[in-house]
Amino acid sequence: MNYQMIGYVNGRILLTEAALLALPMVVALLYGESAVPFLIPIAALVLTGLALSFRQPKRTALYARDGLAVVALAWIAVSAFGAVPFVLSGDIPSYVDAFFETVSGFTTTGASILTAVEPLSRGGLFWRSFTHWVGGMGVLVFVMAILPMSDGHGMHLLRAEVPGPSVGKLVSRMSDTAKILYGIYFVMTVIEIVLLLLGGMPLFDSCIHAFGSAGTGGFSCRNLSVGAYNSPYFDIVIGIFMLLFGVNFNLYYFLLIRRFRDVFHSEELRSYLLIVTAAVVAIAVDIVHIYGSAATSLRHAFFQVSSIITTTGYSSVDFNTWPTFSKAILVVLMFVGACAGSTGGGIKVARVVILIKASYGDMRRMLHPNAVSTVRFEGKPLTDRNLRSVHLFLTVYILVFTVSFLLLSLEQFDLITTFTALTACINNIGPGLELVGPMGNFAAFSPWSKLLLSFNMLVGRLEIFPTLLLFAPSIWKRRLLSRKIAP
Amino acid sequence: MRIIIVGAGKVGLALTQQLSVENRVTVIDQNSQLIDNIINIYDVMGVCGNGASYEVQKEAEAEKAELLIATASSDEINILACLVAKKLGVEHTIARIRNPEYETQLRFMREELGLSMAINPEKATAREVARVLRFPAAMKLESFSKGRLELVEYRLSENSALDGMLLADLYRNIRVRVLICAVARKGETIIPTGEFVLHAGDKIYLTASPEQLSQFFRHLGVFRSRASSVMIVGASKMCYYLASELLEMGMSVKIIDQNEQRCVQMGEMLPRALVIVGDGTNSELLHEEGIEQTDAFVAITGLDEANILMSMSAAKQSGDCKVVAKINRKPLVDLVSAEHMIDSVVSAASVTTELIVQYVRAMQSASGAKVKTLHRLVDGAVEALEFGVSADVPFIGVPLKDLTLRSGILLAGIVRQSGQIVIPSGNDVLHENDDVIVVTTDTTLQDIHDILQ
Repeated sequence: MNYQMIGYVNGRILLTEAALLALPMVVALLYGESAVPFLIPIAALVLTGLALSFRQPKRTALYARDGLAVVALAWIAVSAFGAVPFVLSGDIPSYVDAFFETVSGFTTTGASILTAVEPLSRGGLFWRSFTHWVGGMGVLVFVMAILPMSDGHGMHLLRAEVPGPSVGKLVSRMSDTAKILYGIYFVMTVIEIVLLLLGGMPLFDSCIHAFGSAGTGGFSCRNLSVGAYNSPYFDIVIGIFMLLFGVNFNLYYFLLIRRFRDVFHSEELRSYLLIVTAAVVAIAVDIVHIYGSAATSLRHAFFQVSSIITTTGYSSVDFNTWPTFSKAILVVLMFVGACAGSTGGGIKVARVVILIKASYGDMRRMLHPNAVSTVRFEGKPLTDRNLRSVHLFLTVYILVFTVSFLLLSLEQFDLITTFTALTACINNIGPGLELVGPMGNFAAFSPWSKLLLSFNMLVGRLEIFPTLLLFAPSIWKRRLLSRKIAP
Repeated sequence: MRIIIVGAGKVGLALTQQLSVENRVTVIDQNSQLIDNIINIYDVMGVCGNGASYEVQKEAEAEKAELLIATASSDEINILACLVAKKLGVEHTIARIRNPEYETQLRFMREELGLSMAINPEKATAREVARVLRFPAAMKLESFSKGRLELVEYRLSENSALDGMLLADLYRNIRVRVLICAVARKGETIIPTGEFVLHAGDKIYLTASPEQLSQFFRHLGVFRSRASSVMIVGASKMCYYLASELLEMGMSVKIIDQNEQRCVQMGEMLPRALVIVGDGTNSELLHEEGIEQTDAFVAITGLDEANILMSMSAAKQSGDCKVVAKINRKPLVDLVSAEHMIDSVVSAASVTTELIVQYVRAMQSASGAKVKTLHRLVDGAVEALEFGVSADVPFIGVPLKDLTLRSGILLAGIVRQSGQIVIPSGNDVLHENDDVIVVTTDTTLQDIHDILQ
């Protein structure tokens, strides 16, 4: 382990966070609120950041396990510091609650412990949603875009942070790749803000909802979420943009460089759209008796499906009151999640497609034991190693889920609440059903459960391994050994 | 500059390491494992596929690249890759071509197929070995300005006369005009000043004219005259190139190989060489063939380990025999040169890399003062570049002592238009059409204008 380098990279990330915190501070000042709750964490971040990154270490190589450790530690550190403004401003007095809220923000979960968001300070609200925007594309990707790493080895960081079974660069330079990704992300967010403004939403609310849907997070500034505006225009704009942010960003780059063929032939995109269409139609038929008109039920079905499959978590109505079949579809979509390489969470459409195809291939081999079968995805055959890593992901995912489920059930909530609370957190969605439904919140959970759910959110956002391997002794082993040897 | 490298083998890897710092590099290889490795270590893009295929080159965005370097294992793929790239609009293409059958049609390929450069690694390496044999006292020898100025790598032995000498006193003591332009000491590389003190074990790099160099080594008492009889183990392609070059220089050549068929073939191609079927590791055979009377022993079989062991045993059996080994794998080269076991080590990969980097550097340099020659010293930590001085160089006619050079830069030699060699001192001036040799630790130097602060 290259501890110096891990500290150095983390130092630079903390400095970046200090710069990011300046934005909500400006917002707070504009609304005539005190800047102190932001000034104190900024000072702390600058000091710690400078202390850690004061001197660049001689050995700058980061290997696979360093990359995993950097990413996991960075996300925890960023959340720990990011929670401070909420406590200082009095928006969320308890630190554990504030930590939960910040992790939920950075991991783009959108699960909240707040019973009412409207009384929050403007600066606090803005920071809460801004964490979605930063966390959506990734903290480290952001750092790489603005402060390029001095040499290579950055691939391990990118791989640990960007969701999906395989990670490729768009262009040869890591920092250019990061810049392109953030460029696309930024432009799309601005377009959404403008469209919402045109529909008559106030600028502040437009920013909040654009951040929430860009990062596929789901924090709103209204208690009733997007439903508070009760406007078909907003439902459709936000619904479409959530869906767009759930698409692999590489495809947008292909559009930019006019490789249209690659976009139209993308298997993952086709499957994603197919799943969305099927789910919207099924739910619309199922709920048409509630809303009467087909148009209204289609609109609500589309918004909810788009919100849940991209793991955003906005709601235009209280879907907790929907028939069981509709709710079941939504819960299934929670697990499927968005496309790889998007800002969304969940298992990812790519993995689901690969798993189904691999199972089909293996079952065919039961009938024809000597048949040769290759699993193809996006037109390319998958190697055994690819397949194994997808299977490994699913297995560990189920294991983490099971253990967390048992621990969370100690809380004595009903089964649906417990199950969907965990589902909503590990898949980075936000609202679940019953107590934690779109109109509910996570306030009733004990501090321990909040920490457990925070851990699950990180596990989900970083795709399990960085967070989990942080607890693997072999990652830290060399240090222990060298201590023993040293006199 | 955008560069595409086809083939992520030893040469591809070395090129990536050298070029990825300043350029946008894309590497293409069919082996996904190799691609994974390379993108984990260097900040480059990897594309998995056949580099000669149009589709794959499109995916690597070859049409935007300025240079394509094809170093895949197959000549045909390299040639085809260059052709495809040329048609896609890549201006410069470099191919590694090893088969001697294509050797004769290189001109055709350059002119008709538009290859900018074809590199034959075996031939280039053979040339390097031949150069070293011409001047056996040095570990390595590079020439500038068509051989008028030499740059030599030499290790100070334990009881060398230079041990503990102040560089400023060098000329007073040995009365030879040489310039020590770089010193490698315990993993550190130093561009020395007059106050620098030499130690035994230092690896020094010095520039001088060939005559001065001979005098210098005579003075140190380590002079070895040009090798006149050479023993080569391994009848490979490289052996053919090396032996023909050595025979042309008038040396007597013995070639040893175990494979009878290859020996016969070699004998047919090189009637003036003595070809012996036998095991090069067998000391009995070496004695029989007179290793004691041989001036130089060159081990260039395909196996690195065999080459190392043979060279070591040959060095043991004959005290003043110059021993050269070909070692391809980089970790082994590092190990062997750290242990001072073998006089000189050559590697086809590093020779090829050097030639290509030289070409790329010349491409990059702004018009006017172009890089004429480039040699990489101390594993690429130091570069020695030869620039032609054109009329627009602003410091023509200014005494060198009045120029403030950037740190880590040294003028190591001037070759006047008349062919006169000047080892520069403070009062010398540059003239138009001189060639000037600059030694620098800044491996991004491209233009002679950049040497000033």
